[in-house]
Amino acid sequence: MTAPVENLTAPTSPGPIVWIRRNLFNNWYNSILSLLTLFIGYFVVTAIFNWVFNIADWRPVVNFPILYLVGQFPRDQLWRVFLSTAMVSLLMGMSWGIWGKLVRPFALSVGAFFGILALLPVQSEILSPANRALLFLNLFLVLGGFALRRFEVLRGRYIAIGWIVAGLLIVLVILPGFRGSAFLPEISTTLWGGLLVTLLLAGGGITLSIPIAIFLALGRRSSLPVVKGFCVVFIETVRGVPLITILFMFSVIIQLFLPVESRLDRLFRALIGMTLFSAAYTAENLRGGLQAVALGQIEAAKAVGMNNVLITGLIVMPQAIRAVIPALVGQFISLFKDTTLVLILGINELLGIGKAIINSDPEFIRLQAEVYIFMAGVYWILSSIMSYSSRQLEAALGVGER
Amino acid sequence: MSDPIIICRDVHKWFDDFHALRGINMEIDRGEVIVIFGPSGSGKSTFIRTINRLEEHQRGQIIVDNIELTHDVRNIAAIRSEIGMVFQSFNLFPHLTVRQNITLAPIWVKKIPKEEADEIAMKLLIRVGCPEQADKFPAQLSGGQQQRVAITRALAMEPKIMLFDEPTSALDPEMIKEVLDVMISLANSGMTMLVITHEMGFARAVADRMFFFDEGLVVESGTPDEIFEHPKEDRTKLFLSQILTH
Repeated sequence: MTAPVENLTAPTSPGPIVWIRRNLFNNWYNSILSLLTLFIGYFVVTAIFNWVFNIADWRPVVNFPILYLVGQFPRDQLWRVFLSTAMVSLLMGMSWGIWGKLVRPFALSVGAFFGILALLPVQSEILSPANRALLFLNLFLVLGGFALRRFEVLRGRYIAIGWIVAGLLIVLVILPGFRGSAFLPEISTTLWGGLLVTLLLAGGGITLSIPIAIFLALGRRSSLPVVKGFCVVFIETVRGVPLITILFMFSVIIQLFLPVESRLDRLFRALIGMTLFSAAYTAENLRGGLQAVALGQIEAAKAVGMNNVLITGLIVMPQAIRAVIPALVGQFISLFKDTTLVLILGINELLGIGKAIINSDPEFIRLQAEVYIFMAGVYWILSSIMSYSSRQLEAALGVGER
Repeated sequence: MSDPIIICRDVHKWFDDFHALRGINMEIDRGEVIVIFGPSGSGKSTFIRTINRLEEHQRGQIIVDNIELTHDVRNIAAIRSEIGMVFQSFNLFPHLTVRQNITLAPIWVKKIPKEEADEIAMKLLIRVGCPEQADKFPAQLSGGQQQRVAITRALAMEPKIMLFDEPTSALDPEMIKEVLDVMISLANSGMTMLVITHEMGFARAVADRMFFFDEGLVVESGTPDEIFEHPKEDRTKLFLSQILTH
């Protein structure tokens, strides 16, 4: 005879006080260690708070918000930057509406960034109420773009085209302008700086490197020896050389081979260097993803009559990219941080602006710590957004995974 | 007057030094249901894969619906569009929904408008009994459902011939029936089918002829009645006794 089964409930987890007693104070030496840790922790935290709020002098950080954001970009032409960010915000919102969860973290980050910027509690002539309103507008554009999804006419492919057109417009027309034009006077890229340049280099490098990387990765697996050879040599050469060398090479050597009148813009050269560098690493990541796609997938695609182009584009590449998203995001985050290296080419990206501010006033020389801690914070926050977004992306795409 | 849709004459295939197919001859009429069985490594899988050119034969002749399989890419594309294939491991595209799995080839290969392809997909899904799964991903389906979707994916191209490579071998016992039921109704609808399987109940129910493969050769062929009741070759008797006794 079997015993009657009781209605058992899952054991409840103990309350916090019980947990602390069981885990931190369960015997005399653990109690001592816990108290000691608490003590040290208390001193470290109070010391940090004390430094941040009482000792540190944040003037070199808070007095120059626009310098950090756009460098020496002419102040009377700032509307061009506002216009660019407005386009990006609107497209972000619309992409969020169409692609949903895939884009949401990016869109919300952009919206939050401008929202915070608009409410930044610092004094600055440029951060006038009108300009703050313009910054805040970006938040509404993100949300408004999202609301546009109610209209059926919005299709993914139109938004993709929108991104390409907007990107080209911003980089080739709105920001640089034209020589002699009254409406859009030329603004030399030597005046561009700060976060604007950092994001242009990182964003441009990432978006341009993806298609190149796809071709390199496919080329490396090609059965045509010339194509394969070129891809292998390119990838291995770029991967075998430090980024700083590549940047110097593009900055100095390429110019020597070009006639004076067709010399490339300095920022553009840096962008090419970063793109090719990133493309080589991305291609290797992608190759790993390509190898992970099961042979049965290709056979199934062949069996329904698909040709090699369709198989690669619709079956193999999407699965390969999905498989390597964590590695790709890691690669893009390091590219984002590596944009600081263009400093040595005399381009004032975010870190360059920080250094310039330190050197601008003898008083600021002793305030370097504040500036660099601020820099570290900015890079850390932006990198965190990227890696958080990638985890969301993985989770959203994970639906189809085995 | 026979009207063969598949003609194989002296088909040979080597994997490096291993002689996988050692001269297969077979003529299959329109609407025939063929069951191929035999021990693993006997070349049965390799053989049906040569028919849609997933494997290339190196000697002999394969003619499908009056098109000879050669290196000509157009011939291969033409023949693949007439042949559907179902795999042991389903091979659904994991990054696409069930509906997208089914409509992908009709849209991109046959250039059928998306709305029309969706309609065909839904009709077929109703026929195999899982229309409610249309917007799920393959990983969210049971093995039996996945295999039925895989059959649907092949049918959506409106093939004249269907190849089945051990379609129920990777399934749990309670799911085998639902897949076999779909295959039986397909057989009854007049589809030409080549099925590698050891489901002898299925063979008895719908097969017109059976082929026993061993070591790259057809050892024996005949109607299910001939094979089950009066096998001629000792090798066939031994194999049947092994798979039927447990």
